[in-house]
Amino acid sequence: MEAFTVLTAVGCAMPRINIDTDQVLPARFMKQPRTMPVGYSPYLFHDARRLPDGSPDPAFALNAPANAAARIIAARRNFGSGSSREAAVYALVDSGFRCIIAPSHGDIFAANAVNNGLLPAQVDEADSEAILTALAPGGVQVQVDLSACTITVAGRTCAFRVDPVARLRLLNGWDEIDMTRRHTEDIARWSAADAIRRPWARIADARPRTIPITPRP
Amino acid sequence: MRTPQTLFDRLWSSHVIAEREDGASLVFVDRHYVQEGSFHGFAKMKARGERMARPDLTIAMPDHYVPTGAAGESNAELQRMMGQLRDNAQQHGLRLFDIGHPWQGIIHVVGPELGLTLPGLLVVEGDSHTSTHGALGAWAFGVGASEVAHVLMTQTLWQKRPKTLRVRVEGRLADGLSAKDIALSVIARLGADGGVGHVIEFAGSAVRALSMEGRMTLCNLSIECGARCGMVSPDATTIDYVRGRPFAPTGAAFDEAAQDWLALATDTDAPFDRELVLDASEIAPTVTWGITPEDALPIGATVPDPASATDPARARHLQDAIDYMGLAPGMRLTDITIDRIFIGSCTNARIEDLRAAAAILAGRRSQVPGLVSPGSSLVRSQAEQEGLHRVFIDAGLEWGASGCSMCAGMNGDMVPAGERCASTTNRNFKGRQGPGSRTHLMSPAMVAAAAVAGRLVDARDLSVPGAHA
Repeated sequence: MEAFTVLTAVGCAMPRINIDTDQVLPARFMKQPRTMPVGYSPYLFHDARRLPDGSPDPAFALNAPANAAARIIAARRNFGSGSSREAAVYALVDSGFRCIIAPSHGDIFAANAVNNGLLPAQVDEADSEAILTALAPGGVQVQVDLSACTITVAGRTCAFRVDPVARLRLLNGWDEIDMTRRHTEDIARWSAADAIRRPWARIADARPRTIPITPRP
Repeated sequence: MRTPQTLFDRLWSSHVIAEREDGASLVFVDRHYVQEGSFHGFAKMKARGERMARPDLTIAMPDHYVPTGAAGESNAELQRMMGQLRDNAQQHGLRLFDIGHPWQGIIHVVGPELGLTLPGLLVVEGDSHTSTHGALGAWAFGVGASEVAHVLMTQTLWQKRPKTLRVRVEGRLADGLSAKDIALSVIARLGADGGVGHVIEFAGSAVRALSMEGRMTLCNLSIECGARCGMVSPDATTIDYVRGRPFAPTGAAFDEAAQDWLALATDTDAPFDRELVLDASEIAPTVTWGITPEDALPIGATVPDPASATDPARARHLQDAIDYMGLAPGMRLTDITIDRIFIGSCTNARIEDLRAAAAILAGRRSQVPGLVSPGSSLVRSQAEQEGLHRVFIDAGLEWGASGCSMCAGMNGDMVPAGERCASTTNRNFKGRQGPGSRTHLMSPAMVAAAAVAGRLVDARDLSVPGAHA
C-alpha cells in the first residue's frame, strides 16, 4: 500500500449528506473484474453524474472541467453509508482520489478506505461548511497533512480526526496481513484453548432433521 | 463483587487473541459466510499466493445474483457469478448450499435457520446486513473485500473496540405493528449516521416481546443508522429458537451451551456509552418517503417542507429527496400512489413476514404488479404448506424463488426507472432497486395493504373484517 504523508491536490465540493455507496458505485457494476489500470474508474458516481438521457449533468461537481484533476472530495455528514461494497472505494481510488473530507463516514466505508490507502478525514461541521464554501468555485487546491492531521484550503487551516490505528497504517503503508502473520502462534494457542472453552462454537456435521417452525401466533 | 458487563463486553473479551499498542485488537472469526460478491476477496488471496486458514468455518451461499423472478432467468452473467462462487467453494472445500439445495436462501435468513449462527459467535460476511445475526446474541458485522481476504487467510480481523449504544424500547407495541415499525422509528430518531462507531444492543420489554424473526429485522436495520452491528441479549426466546436446528449442538451439549449463552446477557446496571429510550405505545405504522432510511415518518404524516428546515444542509437534502421521489411538500403520505410492490429480502422475508402479508391479502386483489421472494427455500416450502403462496398468486402477485432479489436489483429483478415501489426491504437509496427506481420502505403488512389500496395506507384500516370491497 502506498504511504500517505502530505497530499496537495484539487478538492471537489459535494455538499450533500448521506452520499451512500450505491451512489458512489451502482450495484450493477460490481460483477466486473477490477482490471487495472482503468479498474472501476468508469463507474464512479455513474448514475449520479448523468442526466436521465445519459448525458453528463453539468450541475454535478465532478463533471466540472475545473475539478477534472480532483483527488480529494469534501462532503457533508455520513459519506459512504450503506452497502459494504469495497468496489465503491475501488471506483474512488481508481479515479485518483486519496482523501474524503466529511463530518462523518460510514464505518465499513472508512475501514475499506484505509485498506486501500484512501484517507477518511473527519472534520467538525463548521470546518466542513467552511471547506465546502471555499471549494465551491471549483479547481481549488487543498493540502492534507496526515502527520499533523490538518487540512489547509484558501489559506485557512483546520484540524481533522482519523482513527489512530488507521493513521499509523496510512502513514507507513502497512499491510494488515503482514502484521497478522506475526501472531500465527497466538492464533493457534487461542484456538486450542477456545475449543475447550466454547465446544459449541465449532460447526458439527448437520443432522438430518426437520427444521423447527415458528408457530403461528 | 463482579463488575457488571454488557453482552458486547463479553463478546469482545471472548474473541480477543492479541492487542496492539496502537489500540487495535486481533479477534477470532467463528463464522465466515461468503457469497457471489466475495470474489474480490478470493482474488486478493490468490494474488498473494496464500491459502485459506479455516475452510471448516466458512460457508458459501449464493443469494445476491440468484434468479428469483421471471426477469432474471437464464442470464449468462448471473450464471457466471454463481459459477465463480461454486468454483471457489469446491477449490477450497467449503460447505456450499447451491441453487437447488433445499437449504439455499438469503444467508441472513438461512444462517440462523440452520443453527449455523449461534449465540456468542463472531460472524462476518462481505455484506452490511450481516448485523442481522446479532439477534441471536452474536457479534455480527459486515466487512469489505480486503477484510474478507484477511479472514480467508487468517480467520481473524483487526478491530478497534467500538462504543456501545443501548436502544431500549419499553411498553407494548400496538396491534398490527411489527419490528420494522420499531426499526424505522429508531432510525428516524438517531439519523442515518447516529450509530456510527457504535454497536447497538436492543433491549426493553417491547424487544423482549419480539419473536426471533422480529429481532432479526431489528438487528438487520442497525446498519441503516450507521451501527455496524446490532444485538439482543440471549433469553428463553433465543434458546427455544436455536434448539433442534440442524447445526446446533444436541442433548447434554446443547444444555451446556444454552447455559453459556444465557450467561452472555447484559447485567443489570452494566454501563453503556449512550442510551436511547422509546415508548413502544407511541410508535405508529412507519414508512419512508425519501432517499435514506432516516426519511421515515408515521403513515399519518405529510411530506416535509424544505422551506421549514432551519439547517441549510437538511433543506438541501429534503429538496433533493422530494425531487428524486417525485413528491410535493405537504403532500399526505396516504396520497402517494404506487406502481409495484416487493415482499422479500434479508430484512422481511421470513415465515412470519409472509404470514403478516398474506393475512392482509387473503381474498383481495393487488392493484399493482409485484413479486414475493421468500427469504429461504425452507421458508418457501413452509409457506407453500400453509397455502400462503396461493394467497399471493390469487392476489395477482408473482411467487418467486429465494434470494436478495429486487432489494438490490443485482439479479435483474428491478423496479423500472420512475416507478414507485412499496417494499419490505432495507434501503430506499436513489437507484437502489434499479436506476431511477423510487422505493418506500415499510413492514410486510403495510406493503400488502399498499398493494390492495394502490397507495400508501395504514394497514389497520384494511384489516377490519368486511371492510374490503
